[in-house]
Amino acid sequence: MAMCRRPTHCACFEGKSASRMTSVPGNSQDKNKIAIHTETLCRHYRMGETLIRAVDGISLQVRSGEFVALLGSSGSGKSSMLNLIAGLDRPTSGTVLVQERDLARLSRQELAKYRLHVVGMVFQSFNLIAGMTLAENVELPLRFAEVDRGKRENLVREALERVGLRARMNHRPSELSGGEQQRAALARALINRPQLLLADEPTGNLDSRTGTEIMDMVREFNQQLGMTVVMVTHERALAEQYARRMIFLADGKLVDDRINDRTHFKSLDLHTAFGLKGERP
Amino acid sequence: MKINDLTELALRNLRESVLRNSLTTLGISVGVASLVAMLSLGIGLQQLASRRLVKSGLFDTVVVTSRRDLRNFGREEQRNGPAPGESRILDEAARREIEQLPNVLEAHPDIRFITELRYEDNPHLTMIAALPPSAKSNDAFDGIPGAFFSSDTAPEVIVQKTFAEELLGKTPPAAADETKATDLAPPLLGKELTMRYAQRETTPADGTVSAEDRQNNLAGNAYSVVSRELKLKIVGISDLDPETMRGPTRARVFLPIKLAESLHVMQPTDLREISRSAADQPVYSSLSVRVKNPTRVQPVEDAIKKLGFTTFSILDATRSLRQFFAVLDLFLGIFGSLALAVASIGIVNTLVMAILERRREIGIMKAIGASDGDVKKLFFAEAGAMGILGGFVGVALGWAIGQAINFGTNIYLKRQDMPPEHFWAVPWWLVVGAIGFAFVVSLLSGLYPAGRAARLDPVQALRYE
Repeated sequence: MAMCRRPTHCACFEGKSASRMTSVPGNSQDKNKIAIHTETLCRHYRMGETLIRAVDGISLQVRSGEFVALLGSSGSGKSSMLNLIAGLDRPTSGTVLVQERDLARLSRQELAKYRLHVVGMVFQSFNLIAGMTLAENVELPLRFAEVDRGKRENLVREALERVGLRARMNHRPSELSGGEQQRAALARALINRPQLLLADEPTGNLDSRTGTEIMDMVREFNQQLGMTVVMVTHERALAEQYARRMIFLADGKLVDDRINDRTHFKSLDLHTAFGLKGERP
Repeated sequence: MKINDLTELALRNLRESVLRNSLTTLGISVGVASLVAMLSLGIGLQQLASRRLVKSGLFDTVVVTSRRDLRNFGREEQRNGPAPGESRILDEAARREIEQLPNVLEAHPDIRFITELRYEDNPHLTMIAALPPSAKSNDAFDGIPGAFFSSDTAPEVIVQKTFAEELLGKTPPAAADETKATDLAPPLLGKELTMRYAQRETTPADGTVSAEDRQNNLAGNAYSVVSRELKLKIVGISDLDPETMRGPTRARVFLPIKLAESLHVMQPTDLREISRSAADQPVYSSLSVRVKNPTRVQPVEDAIKKLGFTTFSILDATRSLRQFFAVLDLFLGIFGSLALAVASIGIVNTLVMAILERRREIGIMKAIGASDGDVKKLFFAEAGAMGILGGFVGVALGWAIGQAINFGTNIYLKRQDMPPEHFWAVPWWLVVGAIGFAFVVSLLSGLYPAGRAARLDPVQALRYE
């Protein structure tokens, strides 16, 4: 499938970020940039008398253009970690820096802008708005970004074309298969040309063939656009197939951080190249 | 988010729960309809009363008398202005001067005299008054049996109902039902009355005036009073009394004004002013000055007083009437607004329900970049859209209710043999105001739900199933 092969105009972050969008992982200037940096990041919840340490002192760095999988069993804190990186949640303590923005210090308004322009998210349950057609769902972030209607229509058509759903743009989510819904969610996540794609169990509700199809797309975005991808999954096989780096969490702590040598990026030793933290396998 | 996107999304969301939102909007419509119905009734009644009063000629008329007419000379007159003896005569020059004042429509002499009218050889003594052509629009002559004068100079009369009864010898006992003018018309219309009156004729000076007297303009004016007769045709019978403000000196027979002037009927003031006025100039006992608008009566009165005349109007009565209607409108508005207040609770309920239902949707919107402000504005827009829509439907509904009640009441009035009335008025400002009010109330109702939706934690909202 032809996907994001050419750099196109970014409606919202013109200039600087548009040029960033054209980068590929081989670009040495970009790969040296830290996309995500967390330092003793904590997110604790209190449920009655119990203190739940969803994220408990995680420090890590993710370079631009990396494809990272956050692995762990249920309740290990991987989704909480993703929410903190996405700016949906605020840390209890510690810092989370994304593209040099300290998310803990951003106002609610600034966080919303950050989510709109810097981050694209896909979820296990697709999270498309049921009452809207695919085109309307994909268009929604452009409305929030106050993009002109004429431009919007082209961008939506283009985005749905990329994920192979042009013909179904006027269908509602309930009329589509799971794979199609997730492709639409991907189109929506990418419509504002984010630098960071965050995927929370993107294949969790899909059969293996459709899951592979979606993951192929995600990998293509990562490779072609140099987009940094952080994917939460509990499927180790999936992570090994697509991610270049696997970070293991358990009880809110980082327990393992390794380069995946089973992907076709075997030649690239991220630990050596970027001096990443975490234990090598 | 841009305003058109906001409106589009809000309308789309409203269409999603079409039944519930329609019912909420209907609630607003009923509230607005009740407000519009109540206020338009108040306004309609006020307009009806004002129309009646204006047509009665009471509230836009200033009666002007000379200060020399000591009957109207009160303390105020004693304090202000020249002494009666030195003050101006109410003559033709004064009339023209008053007519030139701003906001004055016309100033016509108040010609009235007591004289004898003969009908079928029976004498009847009564007060006769002259009417200007503008009196045609007076309520008293609206739809009377017969017609108003065919011209200013026509030898015609309109008789008041009580006088008509007298002519026909039908004076009813006090306790009996009133006779209707329509019943009196057939035997009287077109019949002749013979009026006997005293005409003032100027007599030339006899030449015996001394030089000193001539210099002082004292003598040389002489009248002879001649008894005359004029045949007049009865053209109309007035049910109401056009001159209720005059109390006991009310006239019961009316003549066209030019005709009355040409008759030179001897007036009581003629004798008093004989020593002051020029022989060929009539002196009026009083003038009736019609003002363009009842609200302009006071400045006109002040201007006439400055000219040195005494004035009288019943402006104060209109002031208290306006006050009464302002209070009535206020109370009707409050009662009408109660339904809108209930409807506003409906909006709060609907939007709070919508937040619960659309919790996940709000979470999704926030996850993909909607700010708190965007979410807040979206809920505001939904509340506002319901308000405007409800406002439009409500105004239409209120108008329809008004028309229906007006129609029903007129059927009732017709059965009671009364003329139809339009006592329901929906002015444009009420339409705009009611829609605007519904919009504002809806936005206020949306305050809490919109704030609540905006504050939703996206992580919690996305977990919600």
